[in-house]
This record gives sequence, C-alpha cells and structure tokens, in this order.
Amino acid sequence: MPVFNQSRKNVIMLVFAGMFLVIILQLAHLQLFSSEYKIMAEEQGTFRKVIYPDRGIVFDRHGHPILQNTTISDLMVTPNKLKGIDTASLCNILGIDTAQFRNRIVELIIKNGRARSSVFEPLLDDRKMAMLNESMYRFAPAFYLQERSVRSYPYEAAANVLGYTAEVDANYLKKHEQEGYVSGDYAGMTGIERTYEKVLMGQRGIEYWKRDNKNRLTEKMENGKYDTAAVAGQNLHTSIDISLQEFGEKLMENKLGSIVAIDPKTGGILAMVSAPTYKPQFLSGSERRKHFSQLFLNPALPLLNRTVSATYSPGSTFKTLQALVGLHEGVITTGFKVTCGGAFYGCGSGRPMKCLDRGTFDLRGAITVSDNTYFATVMQRVIDNPVYPNIDSSLASWDRYMYAFGLGHKLGVDVPAEKKGLIPTPAYYNKAYGKGHWNYCSFRSVSIGQGEVDVTPLQVANEMAYIANKGWYITPHVVDSIEGGDHTGILEQYRKRHSAIDIPDSIFEVVHDGMQGVVERGTGGGAKVSGITICGKTGTVENYYRGVKQPNHAFFCGFAPRENPKIAIMCVVENSGRFGGTYAAPIVGLMIEKYLKDSITDKGRLAEVERLSNLNLIPPRIFVEMRKQDSLRHSKDSAYLIAKGYIKVIKDTVGIDDGDNEDELSKLTTDTSKKDNKKKDTTNLKPKEPALLPDNKKKPALADSITTTGR
Amino acid sequence: MQQRNPNISKGVDWVMVWLYAIIIVIGLVCIFSVEYKTGDSVVQTLIGFKKNYSKQLYFFGACIIIATFILLTDSKFFTATANLSYLFGILLVLATFVVGKEIKGSKSWIPLGFMNLQPVELCKIFTALALSKYLSMQETDFRKPTSQLIAAAIAFTPAVLSIFQSETGLALVYFSFLIPMYREGLPPGYLITGVAMAVLLVVSLLFTSKTLLIGFTILAAILIYFNRRQIKRNSRLLYIIAGAWLFCSLFVGVAVPFAFKHVFKKYQADRIFSMVGVDNPFADATTANMITPEEEKQKQKKNDQQNYNVKQSKIAIGSGGFAGKGFLKGTQTQGDFVPQQHTDFIFTSVGENFGFWGCVILLLLYLAMLFRIVRMAERQRSTFSRVYAYSVAAIIFFHVSVNVCVTIGLAPVIGITLPLMSYGGSSLITFTILIFILIKLDADRQMVLR
Repeated sequence: MPVFNQSRKNVIMLVFAGMFLVIILQLAHLQLFSSEYKIMAEEQGTFRKVIYPDRGIVFDRHGHPILQNTTISDLMVTPNKLKGIDTASLCNILGIDTAQFRNRIVELIIKNGRARSSVFEPLLDDRKMAMLNESMYRFAPAFYLQERSVRSYPYEAAANVLGYTAEVDANYLKKHEQEGYVSGDYAGMTGIERTYEKVLMGQRGIEYWKRDNKNRLTEKMENGKYDTAAVAGQNLHTSIDISLQEFGEKLMENKLGSIVAIDPKTGGILAMVSAPTYKPQFLSGSERRKHFSQLFLNPALPLLNRTVSATYSPGSTFKTLQALVGLHEGVITTGFKVTCGGAFYGCGSGRPMKCLDRGTFDLRGAITVSDNTYFATVMQRVIDNPVYPNIDSSLASWDRYMYAFGLGHKLGVDVPAEKKGLIPTPAYYNKAYGKGHWNYCSFRSVSIGQGEVDVTPLQVANEMAYIANKGWYITPHVVDSIEGGDHTGILEQYRKRHSAIDIPDSIFEVVHDGMQGVVERGTGGGAKVSGITICGKTGTVENYYRGVKQPNHAFFCGFAPRENPKIAIMCVVENSGRFGGTYAAPIVGLMIEKYLKDSITDKGRLAEVERLSNLNLIPPRIFVEMRKQDSLRHSKDSAYLIAKGYIKVIKDTVGIDDGDNEDELSKLTTDTSKKDNKKKDTTNLKPKEPALLPDNKKKPALADSITTTGR
Repeated sequence: MQQRNPNISKGVDWVMVWLYAIIIVIGLVCIFSVEYKTGDSVVQTLIGFKKNYSKQLYFFGACIIIATFILLTDSKFFTATANLSYLFGILLVLATFVVGKEIKGSKSWIPLGFMNLQPVELCKIFTALALSKYLSMQETDFRKPTSQLIAAAIAFTPAVLSIFQSETGLALVYFSFLIPMYREGLPPGYLITGVAMAVLLVVSLLFTSKTLLIGFTILAAILIYFNRRQIKRNSRLLYIIAGAWLFCSLFVGVAVPFAFKHVFKKYQADRIFSMVGVDNPFADATTANMITPEEEKQKQKKNDQQNYNVKQSKIAIGSGGFAGKGFLKGTQTQGDFVPQQHTDFIFTSVGENFGFWGCVILLLLYLAMLFRIVRMAERQRSTFSRVYAYSVAAIIFFHVSVNVCVTIGLAPVIGITLPLMSYGGSSLITFTILIFILIKLDADRQMVLR
C-alpha cells in the first residue's frame, strides 16, 4: 500500500541536503568572509604581557649606589577565594577595621571582577611585611604577596640630579612614538633618569599569553615561541661625591640657592645642590602623584633644579673674566692702575657706580677688593678699543670671549632643563636702543656683572674650572661612564676640551693672584681654609621680583687648591641680603674643606657647619605665599609634608609671624608701581626671553638703576 | 522463520556503525579539547572519571554494551513491547514532576546516582517505536483523519508534557515525527499549511497589522481577479480565498496582538521578536505578567546570557577561519569563553580548532548518516521498520540542524544537543539506542514485523 509514497524519499533527502547547505553557507560567511570574529577572538583571547627589566643602578664616584632598585611587595587579593579567611587578624596587621576591609573588597570586585587578583594594599612597609610574612599561610590562597621593582635612593640626597621616574602621559607618548612606550609605562622624567632613559631602561621583553573568560592569563602562546627576553638596564657611574652632596644639602638647608662643584680636570660634577630640595624617596612609590602636586605648588619651587634652570646676574664674579679679556686684548697691563675716588665717572655725571674701597688699585688689588671703577674702566677700554672700527665689532669680540668661557649658551650638561643665560650682543642693543643710539655707557653695569647679563650657577662653576685649568674646560657632566659600554655615544661630548681662545698662562696667573687675595685678605675671607690655597671671588647681586627690589643674592665662586686644582665651585644664596662674602663664602670654604680633606673634624669648623645649616635665609615672600596657599586648600598637605619632614627647608620656620611681612610686602608693591611708572622706557628695553620659573630674579635693572655695587 | 544464529553481526549495516563510531570519537576529541589544560596528564585524567571527556569515554563504553544487547535482542521484542515502552516512557516523564531534580532551570531530570537521566530525551525512542507500531498496524489507514489524529497524539503527548517542564527545546524535537508521517502519506497540504502558518507568523512579527491587512486584501483581490473564470465555474474557490483572507486578517489583527499581550510573558515575547531581529512592539502592553519583577529580571538575565553565548559561539567559530587554529590551539576554546561548550556548544570547538573544512567534513558525515538511514528505511519490507528508520533520521536531522544553527546564530538558543558529540550520558545513550534498534531492525529486514 505505501509503496506509492516512495518518491517522497527524494523530497525528504532534498530537505536534509538543503538545510545542510544553508548551514554551510552561514559557516562560510562566518569563517571565510568576515574578519570581525577573528579580531574579536584575538582581543579577548590573547594578551601581550610586557616584562619590565630592572632599571640600571647609579653609582657615585666612590662606587656607592645612589640610585638603585628595591622590591616592595603588594598585598594581592583574589575575591572569589575569600571564604574562610581570618579577616579579623589580617585587618589587625594592616591597621584597618572590618568595614574598611569589606569596602575595599567590594571596590576591587567592581573594578576588577571576582576571579582576577587585584592589589589590596600596595607597597607594604617593613613592619607590615614582617608581620605578614609570618602569617601569610593563614590568608592563602585568597591573599598573596607580589613583589615589584621600585626605584630606591639609599641616600636622602641629590633628588634634583637623579630625578624621578613617572608614568608616561599622552604628551610623552606622542613625543616618543617610535620607542615602544605604552600608557602605564614608567620613564625618567627629570634629572639623569631622563637624560639617560634609554640607557637605564634596558630592553623590555614581551610575552604572549592566552587569556580565559575571566581575564586570567592561563598559559604562554606556543610555549613562548614568540616571546622576547628582557635585558636589564645599564648601570651608570657618576662623578657625584655623595657625601659632599649630602654635606652641601645640609649647608643649604633653610635657604634658597644652589651649589655646584666640578672637578676641573674632568668636568665631572662633584655635587649639585639645589635648595630647597626634597627627599628623592618622596617621588617614588604609590603616592607619587599626591606628593608631586604638593611639591609642585610649593612657592619655594623645590622641583626646580636651580643649578641649571635658574639664571642670575653674575655680579662681581664676572670681574675675573673681565680681567682676562682686558689683559688678553692688551688694553690693560698687570700694572695698570685706576684710582677710585668714590665712583666711576667715565660716563660723566648722573648716577655713577660707587665703589666702596676708595683708593688706587692695580689689577690684582682690584680683584681682591672687587673694585667697580677698575672693571668699568677695563671694559670701557675693551669696548672703545680703537682696533675695532665700531662698537658693534668690539662688543662682538667681547661676546666671543664670553662664549669661549662657556657663557651665553647651553653648556650641554647631562641634567635636563638647562638654561642658556644671557650675554648681550650688538644685535640685542640695536634692537633695544636702535642702531647707533647706544654706547658703552648704556651698558656699563655689565662690566660688574649687573644688568643685561645672566648666567646659571653651573656656568659660573664651569667658568671657575676654566680659570683653574688656565684656559680650557670639559663640558660639566654627572655621568662618567656607562657599565657595559656607551652604545649611544652620549658621553662623547664629555671627553673633549673646550679652549676656543688661546690665552697665555701668565694672564691666568695674575687673575689667580687676585683671586687668592680675595680669600686671604679681600672680600672672601669667609672661605678661608687652613692649609689650602683657595682662589675665589665674591658677588653680591641686586635683583627684583615682579618689579620689587629684593634682598641681594650672595655669590661666591672659586677653585682650590691653586696649584693642581681639584675642585671648582660656585654657591648662590638667594636673597640673603648681605654681601657674597657673608654667607656664600663660608659655605664654599666648608665644601672645599670637606672635599679636599675628606672630613671636617675641627670643633670650631663643625660649629660653623651647624650655624650655617640652621641659618634661615628664606625670603619672607615665600612664607607669605605659602601662607596664602595654606589658608586656601593646601593647609592639610603642608602640615603633612612638614610632619613627615619631606621638605627640609621649612624646618624651623613654621611658627614665623608673617603678619608684618605681609604689610611690608604690600608697601613694597605700592612703591614699585610708582617706580615702574617712572622707568617705563627702561623696563621696555628688556627683550629677554621670559624666565621659566624663577620670577625672583626678574629685574628691570639697567645701567642707570645701579646704585649699589658688588663687592 | 527465526534462525538461531550466534553471529550477531549478520546483516548489520557496518557503514552505519562506522559513521556512528567516527562521530562519537570526534565528539570525544572535541570535549577533550574543551577541557584539557596544558600540563594535565592525559592517561590519568582519561581514566579518572573526573573530567567530562573521561566520563564521556565511560558512557561510550556503556553504549557499546547497550548496543551489543540490542543486537542480541530479537527484533520482534521491539514491535511487541512498543506500546508498553511508550507507556513506560510517559510514566517516566510524569515521574519527573514528583522526583525530578532541577538542572539548569528545568525540572526534567531523574537523578540516578552515577548520572542524571532525562526521560523526555529517552521518550523519543519509545515514541518512535509506538508511532511505528501504530502506523504499521493492518487496521490503520493513514489516509483517514482519525488515524492521522491518533498518530499526532502519540507523537506530541511527550512534547506537551515537556513544555510543562519548560523544556521547550526538547518539545520541538517531536515535530520531527512529521517527517515519517509525511513519508507514510500525510497529505503535503498539512505540511504546506504548517509552513505557511510559520511564514504568516514571521511576517506578522515583522510588519504591523495595518500594513499586513492591506497587503492581504490586495493579495486576495489579485487572486480573485486572476481566477475569476474558475470562480464562475466553481464558486467554492471564492469561499476558500475569502476564508483564507479572513483567517489571515483575524490572525494578524486579533490573534497575534492578543497572544503577545495576554498569553506570552514578556521575556518570551522578547525572545520571539529577537529571533526575527525586531524589538518587541508589545513590550509595554504585555498584561500577562503572572511573574514577579524578580522573576522577570532573572528571565531577562537569562536572555542576556543567551545573547552572550551566541556571540561567543560565533566568535569562536568565526575565528577558526578556513583551516582552523589546530587541535588544542583555539584561544576561545582554551580560555573557556564559550559557556556550555562541552554540551550544547560543542560544535564551536570544531569550528575553532579545525576551521571551515573541519565543519564541512563533520556535516558531511552527518549528512551521510542521514542518507544512509533513508536508504536503509527504503529497503525495509515492514512498515514498522521503515517508519522507525525515518523517525530516527528525522530526530537526528532536527537535532543536528537546530543545534548547529544555534551555534552559528541562525536560530534562537534552544537547549538541544548535537547527536553523539555533545557531552552527556542521556543524549549519548538515547541516540545509541535509537540507532542500534534501527541497525537491528535493518539486520532483520527480511522479516515482516508488525
């Protein structure tokens, strides 16, 4: 009976085949013609894990590590394994209560999921570590310790030289596009961490991992066939003498300013103190971001490396160079004498430059007593030298000397953010006054290092090295050698001597004589160290802050010993209000003694160290500003900083009564507005590039405004 | 007639047995690839009965024993006990309402200690036997509507029961019995009407009832215009067209909105609409909110879960490409991205590890099996064997096509296994019994069984 239905077999088979064809077509669509699923699979199924090598270690000149790595443990938690864990005792160890514990866990689950492990407590301190290590088994497997490498600073010093590492931001990534950084990476941001980033960072390794549905890494792809191994960063050997650096930082406590010490033979920087500074540890670790903003907002600018980023008028320290120029140009001789009757009248009457020591001086004597009239005369002779057809060419010739001495251009030190300073050129005055409308008298204050001349402390120290070496210098640098070889050639520039102008030794001898006299019987007596022949020069620099005249900066620079010099040094104490010899000279003297004698043992000298260290020379305006900030939103932060002792500077000034200062300042401000009106024409004459940070050195000073003299 | 022959292999269709074995082995390999993690000791875990692939291996062993027993059984046993076993099956399904264990939201399992048995799954065998028995009875005239109704009742009773257990997927499987019925003479009009209804349903989901009413009217007018000569001769045609138009209009205009507003729950309506890729237009009008918001939320979660499943399944298959990533190299499979991958989504591991070619070869194996069964069916002398064979083919076809369509996103997520490949004792043993009864019947094809 049912045989007649047999043809329906074909229909059924057709239906079967038809359905399978549809399936195969859809499979072809998914697997052969659309790539979106492959991409999605790659995104969710694989993970590129970057292995960070240890950064290189930095050593000082004696082989002490001054910047190295340490492993700090993070306490990790996997929330879905929490059952049955003795949370109460864990809370005890961490010093939190159970409510906080629960909150943190909930937060982590929201952020990271239950199955993935997240950081419960980052960067455990030693006490917690010790306690946890003992009882970790009780909290396993939900909790475990994970080590990570953090930059550590064995000495609480040299923060501005060493710099810090930080997470790269969008800007950084843009600039270093081809260098394989991804967001979340750390890179050197300041100091030699930044300059030698490529050397220190090493080579990152990459591992390809498979990932599961809960985002856990399960195993390496193809047993690590595509992985690349990480190569550790190279170690750096610096010329820094860490004990000298620490000593310098101690001396500069409670002051604004800087010290730079250079080994004149090698150009290696022995110490580079910028005050105020901070503990380098402060910017390493989990709370870096918070600490950074606190430091950033501090009006004393602890993040500013004043040794290279602040520029000052050199003041009387400039006179040594004028002596060299004058003698080499032949406009004066060693025996050339100038009599100072109280002021320099070379430019007629008006507002003459005063000199404090009246009398007649030869070159050596003029250096020793820092005679303004003498050097005003010297420079006048240089500029009005009939050898040159006009003032443009004579000033240009003078500029060449200055450039040869390392001024007016970036030296090329391996610490970032170096300023080039200012050496006025004919073009500068042509622009300011108009061509032909200026003469020597327009800028005679430059001869004594005031007015339109700016230098960085590093440039002055380098200039001392130049004088000490009798005519050459090697670009100052922090890093002497790279362990394992300098592959990038970055150190090449620190191997050659610079001696653009050949000045005979005899000329230097005369200047040395004068500088030795400064310390032995002149303005720099404070730098005297028994048993060491020190050549030095003081400087007292007038300066203005937002048009307001501020207390003078004290400068002292020099080198020692005179024969076979081992250290060239420069010290600035900002706004100390006294002569260079008062504060800067004794600091330099102690630094030289410390370096050359290795330690200071004499009781009197030790007392001197304490006296200088405790001396508070921070200008009142800093406190006024700090007070303003405090009353706004930083009160908590500042209190925190002080409590932790992170900012060394403010140690004993917390309780200062700044009510009076505020009044003083407001008086000063009103004064300036009047002053500014009077001097409109002159202030306009300063087409200097705007200073990056240190407003405190801005000054409208031009020749005519100089009333006081350097000493 | 009956020969006492100790050789059980006599008359056995070896092609069928090989296809069966190959597919099971492929299934084992796939389950292995899902569960295996680098470093596991293969031998130890394989015999350990801890991992699913190990369990499946043991189930396979059990299947071999069951198959041997079936081959040793007299064919007449199956015809004789068909009705009894059907009754037993129904009772078993009913028993789950009392002693059932809830697994994955449906209370359709009976715990047996070493495994969980799903009676609805097993009931397919009994239904197939009972249907064969009924259709092969001499007094049955399948041309009569009464017989057709009885056959339908036999086929769909377990389906209705399993809907009560909210195993909609398994209930749908029973629709595959329409294929043997069709082969036995069920008028194609029924099937065509069925398909037309399905089309109507889909269209009514896709378009608004207003557009559809206009469309139907125009269609009816056109039909009447072109058939006006025939209508003059035979006015019945006009009534048929008018009746069809009225039915469609009522269906679209009244029944569908009513169903979505009052019968279906929101999550069901949502899922039905998401099937055709349209947002539920009755989302706010649904009054059949017999479930609490809590339950509602849970159902919603289930929907999201299913969307996730399908997405992951498509990613896994799609990322396989032409040649696949290689055995144990699938990142999606190894990373456990596809939920239920060892059971309902086992096809994804084929797709990822072995690519397009692997899938095509596997599908061709299934197709070969289906064609082989059809060929076996057609060489039977007895109606019983033929109906049974077609039932088996239809069930396997339904399972394979729906399961694969789910994994590649052509069908909504219905919990249905891939025959012989998905992990699970119930499913594996059911298909083994189904296939081996067929092989046994085929071995005795010279006999006329009733």
